[in-house]
Amino acid sequence: MVDVSDAKIRELEEKARLLRRHILKMTHQVQSGHPGGSMSACDIVTALYFHLLRVDPENPRWPERDRFVMSKGHACPVLYAALAERGFFPVEELMTFRRINSRLQGHPEYGTTPGVENAAGAEGQGLSFSVGLALGARLDRKAWRVYCLMGDGEQDVGQTWEAALSGAKYTLDNLTAFIDRNGIQQEGRTEEILPLEPLGDKWKAFGWNVLTINGHDMRQILHAIDEAHAHKGQPSVIIAKTTKGKGVSFMENVVKYHGAATSDEELRRALAELGEARP
Amino acid sequence: MTTHGAIPWKMESQRAYFAKALIELGERNANVVVIGADTTESIRTLEFGRKFPDRFFNVGISEQNMISVSAGLCAAGKLAFAATYAIFGVAHTYNVIRQNIAYTKLPLKIFCSHAGLTVGPDGATHQLNEDIALMRGLPNMTVLVPADGPQTGKAVHAAAEWPGPLYCRFSRSNFPTVTSIEDEFEIGPAYVLRDGSDVTLAACGVMVSRCLQAAEELDAEGISARVINVSTAKPLDSATLIRAARETGAIVTAEEHTTVHGLGAAIASAVVRHHPVPMEFVGVQDVFGESGEAYELLEKYGLTANEIVAAAHDVLKRRGG
Repeated sequence: MVDVSDAKIRELEEKARLLRRHILKMTHQVQSGHPGGSMSACDIVTALYFHLLRVDPENPRWPERDRFVMSKGHACPVLYAALAERGFFPVEELMTFRRINSRLQGHPEYGTTPGVENAAGAEGQGLSFSVGLALGARLDRKAWRVYCLMGDGEQDVGQTWEAALSGAKYTLDNLTAFIDRNGIQQEGRTEEILPLEPLGDKWKAFGWNVLTINGHDMRQILHAIDEAHAHKGQPSVIIAKTTKGKGVSFMENVVKYHGAATSDEELRRALAELGEARP
Repeated sequence: MTTHGAIPWKMESQRAYFAKALIELGERNANVVVIGADTTESIRTLEFGRKFPDRFFNVGISEQNMISVSAGLCAAGKLAFAATYAIFGVAHTYNVIRQNIAYTKLPLKIFCSHAGLTVGPDGATHQLNEDIALMRGLPNMTVLVPADGPQTGKAVHAAAEWPGPLYCRFSRSNFPTVTSIEDEFEIGPAYVLRDGSDVTLAACGVMVSRCLQAAEELDAEGISARVINVSTAKPLDSATLIRAARETGAIVTAEEHTTVHGLGAAIASAVVRHHPVPMEFVGVQDVFGESGEAYELLEKYGLTANEIVAAAHDVLKRRGG
């Protein structure tokens, strides 16, 4: 079991608030991008980048690093914010997001942005990519692990389930997947667009070790990852129940903020809620 | 230039050469992995799998998954070959190849058998006549179309040394062996198999043999035809093709593929910028195929030496030579 102090938890929570502020500013400055799903995944990404992943910002291609695969590519603002705060590139660069000549593309580009491990945007490809990485690690008897973050909208995609079958076939216990289960996709509620429940039963039936948590509770996130590591002979999937737009009262659970940036006034209110000191 | 054997040629399986080369490569390089999708016995990657079971992954009928899994293996440092039938391997998976391979520049080698009409009796659903176009259109992608068995084997070894993403298409059917084991094969050059000064016949795949036949027939009429084997469809050896345009003044292209946006169109766009000459395009004329024996289909859809000869007459007439 992870033994994490209350102080460390508070530090991670504060870091997550900082990343949320970045997400809002990045999408606001260009008036596009996907804040809602970035904010729902924010606590998971924070736990990984600021507590768990063995990565080296000075050497982003360090061969022994853990791999984080962002399958829900539209939520890249949270990844870029984490990478910047982790020291992979300057924090000021975040404000070039989606602008011409930027390294921070609207959806992740492989090979350009330090720390980004995959190209994503067309949904549903990241888990298969992660299966390949995990197979490669195992072939070479490497200790590094693979983490894949999927959206719940991606559970609509056939390839997600092809990857699920493959992960189980090859008993990839060095692979841990997350589903950011915020319940909202571009056009509405997941259960109205293409019902997914019982989602955990589906993954269990596909041969995965299934853990279900509150994806905004830092301690639950860390415990679940710990359990996934301890589980042998199967890949694990952590279904993280989350809230789209988490952290800003008027954005929470609102479909619109899947793909809409805040106005000037909304940004001011949102940043205040997220504890940004007034200038 | 090499001399090319007497007609009739030996008929040989490209798959056999492919399978043999993969095993040679696997023996030489422990980093090679092969990924398949429930066609592994048919396209003979299973022979690699039997020899190197730890380095062989059959992911079932999940070709999109196959491509992304292969991309992940590449990202983990493996020299990965993904192989299945063309229709599944590159048509069904187009956007996965685009996002996970071409855009990322991950150096996956995609080798697909069963391209073109010569799939035969399985019919139009399985006869992919658009793959050269699909793969040529992707930035960072290299496209090979070996003319015969020996070139297919050499393509495997050349691909292993190639730094970027690569697609290689070949056929289910046995093709005439028009090159020899001793012939050089590199990615990039187009090979002049027969010199000539009146007209150029430029082709890939099975149509190379038909161009050589056509050249014999034209020779009997006193027309000297140059035959070029364009075994790399991308990057195109523009220099060799433009020189041929300049020196012969007329070009006929031939491919087992749609003429809408295939090899002929690629050659035309290279030639037209530097030395426009009359051109004709032998290939699948914007239609789907159907069931039938491979060589019946080539006849019915006009992929024959006779069509190439007729096209040569046409371009020569237009040139006024």
